[in-house]
Amino acid sequence: MIINHPILGPRDAQEFVYLGDANLINRPDGMTAGIEAFHDYLYNRDNPAGAHRELWYHEQGDRSWLVVTRNTLTHEILKVELARDVAKAQGRSK
Amino acid sequence: MRYSGFRVIAEALTGHKGWKPVWRDPEPQPAYDYIIVGGGGHGLATAYYLAKEFKQARIAVLEKGYLGGGNVGRNTTIIRSNYLLDGNEPFYEFSLKLWEGLEQDFNYNAMVSQRGIINLIHTDAQRDAFTRRGNGMILNGADAEMLSRDQVRALYPFLNFDNARFPIKGALMQRRGGTVRHDAVAWGYARGADMRGVDLIQNCEVTGMRIENGRIRGVETSRGFIGAGKVGVAVAGSSSKVMAHAGMRLPIESHVLQAFVSEGLKPFINGVMTFGAGHFYVSQSDKGGLVFGGDIDGYNSYAQRGNLPVIEDVAEGGMALMPAIGRARLLRTWGGIMDMSMDGSPIIDKTHIEGLYFNGGWCYGGFKATPASGWCFAHLLAKDEPHKTATAYRFDRFLKGLMIDEKGQGAQPNLH
Repeated sequence: MIINHPILGPRDAQEFVYLGDANLINRPDGMTAGIEAFHDYLYNRDNPAGAHRELWYHEQGDRSWLVVTRNTLTHEILKVELARDVAKAQGRSK
Repeated sequence: MRYSGFRVIAEALTGHKGWKPVWRDPEPQPAYDYIIVGGGGHGLATAYYLAKEFKQARIAVLEKGYLGGGNVGRNTTIIRSNYLLDGNEPFYEFSLKLWEGLEQDFNYNAMVSQRGIINLIHTDAQRDAFTRRGNGMILNGADAEMLSRDQVRALYPFLNFDNARFPIKGALMQRRGGTVRHDAVAWGYARGADMRGVDLIQNCEVTGMRIENGRIRGVETSRGFIGAGKVGVAVAGSSSKVMAHAGMRLPIESHVLQAFVSEGLKPFINGVMTFGAGHFYVSQSDKGGLVFGGDIDGYNSYAQRGNLPVIEDVAEGGMALMPAIGRARLLRTWGGIMDMSMDGSPIIDKTHIEGLYFNGGWCYGGFKATPASGWCFAHLLAKDEPHKTATAYRFDRFLKGLMIDEKGQGAQPNLH
């Protein structure tokens, strides 16, 4: 699989480390959320067959985190964004 | 029709005209007492034991494709019970004991071949860990044996014992481990279930679940609605898809795992060998092909095929362990969809919906578990309480911090 990095251009997926569902960005607030919310965040997954937004870390590159939208039925990569931009757009991060 | 040596001879003398289809192809009834979703190894084993051991009536197995077309037809056929933890080892030893009596039990040749499995040791720390694991196995009634370097050399003289990074120092041996003809397991269970009146309904995909007042009433399928008192789901890689019909999110990710077969070679690997440090394990089939595999590709996938980097990684592992295979050609590779649970251990449990039960999260270790998985799931469906070897396989273990961290990792190793 070739991931079209927003800054570096097309890179082999082997340069990346995979973390899973991009919803991991949305960590509940540790001061207010209960055990159930954290359990759901940490362990449960949508695990869709089809378009899946997921986190890839460019470990052997510029060490950026990406949100890659990929079809889990065909491995086709549909969209690549910087995780930073995604998190900011969701009002996380500074 | 019972199979026997006499039967084979009689058929040979009469032109093989007496063989009949091994199971019926029934139309679905309007309702059943029990519906098992998934006509793979675990689903068929569940139906078989439900009918045979728990004497339950009106059972159907619904399969979206053909029987045994998923992971039971795609694995590397290894059976073993070399686990460490209390939540696991009694279950897998129960499974191995069922394997040992399986062919007589369901009157079908599954080619159960107990040729021994070794896990290679490369460091003192690993020897300590494997010694502990071996003791854990013995405490639970399994067999385990520590082999010295020379004993491993006597078995497999061609291994690279002086590999600079992973020199071979010994091995943990389980002599009762081995391989089984995987398709025959599905066929044997299917035939045994059919003979006991179970309806095996193929080309019947579950497209929805009818749930009223917190109780399951039946399933919507591509062949219409089918009512049910109880529904058991055993669909491996499709677990999240099917359970989403009941509004459930599971602690499971679906990943692709590849397996490989080389061209046929003369016999030189008698048993099963695992080289954990190099992400490689191998056995040799009766036809001579090396059957081997390694790690999952490492990303969510529902495609039953993987990518080239893992093929390269597995081939490198094989070459590091036994350089002699360098000229062997790879005949086939294929992929299956693993239901990777978050702690690497399975789930056999009720759900919050009355009458709906779940069996999954087998990761890449489901084949060896097939008989016990079927037995324990049938036990849960029939008696509404877990079998004594499967009490730890609960949904709520993640909430309560009771994970079974046999390997210490699930879908994501998080080692980077």
